[in-house]
Amino acid sequence: MPNKDTIVDVPTVNKIARLCRLDIPEVNKESLTNDLNNILGFVAQLDEVDTSNVEPLASVTGHKLPLRSDDVNDGNIEDLVLKNAPESSSGFFVVPKVIE
Amino acid sequence: MNDTSTLKPGHILGETGIWEMVIGLEIHAQISSKSKLFSGASASFGSEANRNVSLVDAAMPGMLPVINEFCVEQAVKTGLALNAKINNVSVFDRKNYFYADLPQGYQISQFTKPIVGEGEIIVDLDNGEQTTIGIERLHLEQDAGKSLHDQHPTKSYIDLNRTGVALMEIVSKPDIRSPQEAGAYVKKIRSILRYIGACDGNMEEGSLRADCNVSVRKSGKEFGTRCEIKNLNSIRFIIQAIQSEAERQVDILEEGGTIDQETRLFDTSTGETRSMRSKEDAHDYRYFPDPDLLPLEFTESWVQDIKEKLPELPDSLKKRLVKDFGITSYDASILVEEKDYVDFYQQAANGRDGKLTANWMITELFGALKKDNLSFSESPITSENLGELISLISNGTISGKIAKEVFSEMMKSKKSPYVIVKEKGLEQVSDDSEILELIDQVISDNQEKVNEYLSGKDKLFGFFVGQVMKLSQGKANPGVVNKLLKEKLK
Repeated sequence: MPNKDTIVDVPTVNKIARLCRLDIPEVNKESLTNDLNNILGFVAQLDEVDTSNVEPLASVTGHKLPLRSDDVNDGNIEDLVLKNAPESSSGFFVVPKVIE
Repeated sequence: MNDTSTLKPGHILGETGIWEMVIGLEIHAQISSKSKLFSGASASFGSEANRNVSLVDAAMPGMLPVINEFCVEQAVKTGLALNAKINNVSVFDRKNYFYADLPQGYQISQFTKPIVGEGEIIVDLDNGEQTTIGIERLHLEQDAGKSLHDQHPTKSYIDLNRTGVALMEIVSKPDIRSPQEAGAYVKKIRSILRYIGACDGNMEEGSLRADCNVSVRKSGKEFGTRCEIKNLNSIRFIIQAIQSEAERQVDILEEGGTIDQETRLFDTSTGETRSMRSKEDAHDYRYFPDPDLLPLEFTESWVQDIKEKLPELPDSLKKRLVKDFGITSYDASILVEEKDYVDFYQQAANGRDGKLTANWMITELFGALKKDNLSFSESPITSENLGELISLISNGTISGKIAKEVFSEMMKSKKSPYVIVKEKGLEQVSDDSEILELIDQVISDNQEKVNEYLSGKDKLFGFFVGQVMKLSQGKANPGVVNKLLKEKLK
């Protein structure tokens, strides 16, 4: 791999895992850290190119963002929306209690 | 120096001297669109749970957001009304966090390139002064759903109807220096939004809510660490929450402590703020450009078209009312608070005494509506009828005192003042011979007092006027009564 600099360490992996609500077994953390560093190191090669005068590229298709008019033409499908919910009651999703 | 009654609003007197508040507001305004920001589901309030949810809002795999043109137009319109820079290219970002009422796992918002940049508005304070508050930015974003925590002991109930409804977040600069200024700022933003029709401004239904960033400092010193009070939905609560939060911070600092930058909630029952999220759970949103959405671009000519269609805004309207109707700046600022007030006033005052109309509208009508617990749109008195009443006073048909009686009757019966005056025979009597009859009657009933008056007891003159007015049941023209009495009692 071209860039061996450490970009992430185990505490960073822990932090990202917590923010993503991922439960990563302790034994996998070391190898995951290495994997991430390899990926990020590979991508870091791009830093070698001088892009200081280049506008960020948002799309290679040349398409513009399509806009729609303000019409109500969707919804009224609560049965469909709730169909995959593990639990629902009188039209609501029901989840373990979340309160701040 | 220790007399708190002379403290300026926004100042707190502590053990170590006077502290000053520094306040910035984030206002979330729901756009008055029929459908959502990125889906065709209805954005209406109060429907059955999950009725207004499309597969896009429910974040089903493979669904793609398509932006609502009307919402973009409202954001540009609002930007123009806030004298702000319009960014013809802006970008949507994903703000990542997990919560049960956010099925995508991220909110589509705008982070580095918002649709509207810096601007400023003039805010009217209660003491008649004005101050300018800077706008930092305005961006478009999705609202979250609603969680109900009180339906079940161990479960939360989730309704996604609000999920994806279009919001504008309007961020002020930290230019606000007192709770009262913050209240006046929200009032002004709300008024502007209602004028241009971008948001209905209904704070009770949550169409307009504010997060307040509050810190304190010694005058002239650097800004202190701020706390953010979330989700305040009335101007009264905004004022209370800021005051109590600033006092809390002063207490901590004066005891030698430090302020933790954190999010807090205002408890309306205690009138105090409390910590909302623990520090270890501090938010790291990992913003990045939403790959489902290209940058939002529009032409300068499209912006100009919107600019030309902007209605007259409160500041300009206020100046015009002062100039055209000769009313005070203070009265004008009350009348321009709501578009409905101004329209009503202009109809009622058209071709009539502007000052008199403003007085009757602000003092009598607003007072009566408040007393009867009616909203302005429920007023039993139309602009046409208030105008007629003003005409009846101005042309001497009724006295000001009788007018109040007519006004009460108008509130009750919704009848026109002409009809009420006719039915009750309330026309003012200005006819000399009719009034002379009344004067003669009073003189013959009070011969003793007349003698006292003639022998020098001048003060009794008022008594005679009162008696004549009473005899006329308030209908005699007081000016004519005065004149004739003076002649008669020479």
